[in-house]
Amino acid sequence: MTAATATFSPVDQPVTRSWYNDPMKLWGVLMLVPYGLVFLILVTYPVLYGIYIGLKPQSYVELFRDPAFLVAAWNTVLFLVIGVNLKFLLALALSGFFMAQRAWVRVVLVLFLLPWAMPSIPTILSVRFLLNPEWGLINAQLFNWFQIDGPNWLNDPTLAFGSAIFMHIWKSLPFWTLILITGRMAIAKDLYEAADVDGASSWQQFRYITWPSLAALYVTSTILSIIWTLGDFNSVYLLTGGGPGDRTHVLATLGIRYLRIDKLDLGIAAIITAMPFVLPLVFVMVKRLSRGPQDEA
Amino acid sequence: MNSRRIWEDVRLVLVAIPVLLWTLIPIYHLFVLSISNEKAMLAGKFWPDEPTLQNYRIVFNQQHYYLNNFWLQMFNSFLVAAAVGTITLFVATLAAFSISRLRTPGGRTIMNLALTTYLIPAAFLAVPMYKAMGTYGLLNSKWALILAMVALASPYAIWVLKQASDKLPAELDEAAVIDGASPLQIFRLVYLPLMAPSMVAIGVYALLLAWNEYLYAFLLLSSEKEITLAVALGQFLGADDSPWNILMATGMIYALPPMAIYYIFRKYMVSGLTAGAVKS
Repeated sequence: MTAATATFSPVDQPVTRSWYNDPMKLWGVLMLVPYGLVFLILVTYPVLYGIYIGLKPQSYVELFRDPAFLVAAWNTVLFLVIGVNLKFLLALALSGFFMAQRAWVRVVLVLFLLPWAMPSIPTILSVRFLLNPEWGLINAQLFNWFQIDGPNWLNDPTLAFGSAIFMHIWKSLPFWTLILITGRMAIAKDLYEAADVDGASSWQQFRYITWPSLAALYVTSTILSIIWTLGDFNSVYLLTGGGPGDRTHVLATLGIRYLRIDKLDLGIAAIITAMPFVLPLVFVMVKRLSRGPQDEA
Repeated sequence: MNSRRIWEDVRLVLVAIPVLLWTLIPIYHLFVLSISNEKAMLAGKFWPDEPTLQNYRIVFNQQHYYLNNFWLQMFNSFLVAAAVGTITLFVATLAAFSISRLRTPGGRTIMNLALTTYLIPAAFLAVPMYKAMGTYGLLNSKWALILAMVALASPYAIWVLKQASDKLPAELDEAAVIDGASPLQIFRLVYLPLMAPSMVAIGVYALLLAWNEYLYAFLLLSSEKEITLAVALGQFLGADDSPWNILMATGMIYALPPMAIYYIFRKYMVSGLTAGAVKS
């Protein structure tokens, strides 16, 4: 830990008293009790229970025979690869746009943050109706302007899944753009001024000033985003419901699907199969986050 | 110089237009549907011929069978959010004080366990949590949702409060200890006043997380009188001929309180944000 943090033992006093007769330690332990209880009752027990259920080998046999699982596993990979990369390329570009020194760009930023500030359910349902093949605004206007019948968005597995990825990016882009904006704001302005004087192009400025300073933050953010994108239930479930024909499920929604059809064991097994991928990322992030604010990112 | 600035403006506008369209279309559409009558709703227009507040009237007067318990469900949402905000703040402030200022042995381990919980996607914990709540006999009780959300919100809360707390100068409590202050007195008289801004941010974070939660609410609560507004919104999807305009009016009403809270407290939220990464 950082050397600057307080230790509650004045140097001249030996710290050999045991916790129950040292008020500092006694209170320290007591104050951890509420969270300890929360953790034991609401995290440890469910997780242990999940592992216990997940130990049955025949669940995995059944799981790998279920086409819905294989589709969902592949979808999850696509969702992560396309969703996260697209989101971060956009966030990187847009964070540059929002650095422009214009009053009206500030206003655009406030509006741009709306998807993040709003609860996701109403907006996802709004998009769901927007994409309705008969009554939705998009297809109605396509017909108005070009006299063509728009696609049956949410009944076509590819388009439906693409829409779910769009929904995910729409919702989470503002947050990550904001993070990259804070990253860009930390870069010293005079670096750019000096580069301007030397006649560096804006690409060169990005390549040799912006990117080297942002790279670490970009990587940390990407890892965090991979983990959370994996857990995005709403964008898929409320937009497509996993349909048509269970073709657009991801692992986050598949567990719930199994629960609904009374196959809890399979739901837990599906989640456990993702763990070899999730846990290493989680441990990397725990290490990074617990290091303290100054050397984070 | 001037022409360069104009050129830059043109380029900025060319970025701004698609950004605004992308951002605002789903939100605008939500609003437009909420003021459309049934005919306009099915016509797919940019603006209804006869905008109406009828849908809002129907919601407020609970005049649709999907909305028979609208006010009760709104109250449930408020109750759950307020409880989660308060309990999370209580749990996390004590834990952060203990780990950061009292340097309790094992605090570091607890911090790391909490961070692990924070990072594992909540959707993955939902199924085991559902099962556990069944064992505790809490299914379809608001307590199930409140406790689950406290478990999900506390780790990040502890982490942010610990980071903020680490930045307070060590001399503060050293001086207090020399003056003979007990840990409780330090907590109350030194720590709480200094931590107030971060605590506001965390309280709001937990409150919004609970208000916005859909998955856990829909798993853990089932009866009409217990569900939150978020679950009620999802129930509209049950039928093919859903009244989308009324659904969107309900959605607007549901979205307003968190947005108001967010904009009132955004200064606190941003400073909490820069402390690290928030759950998006």
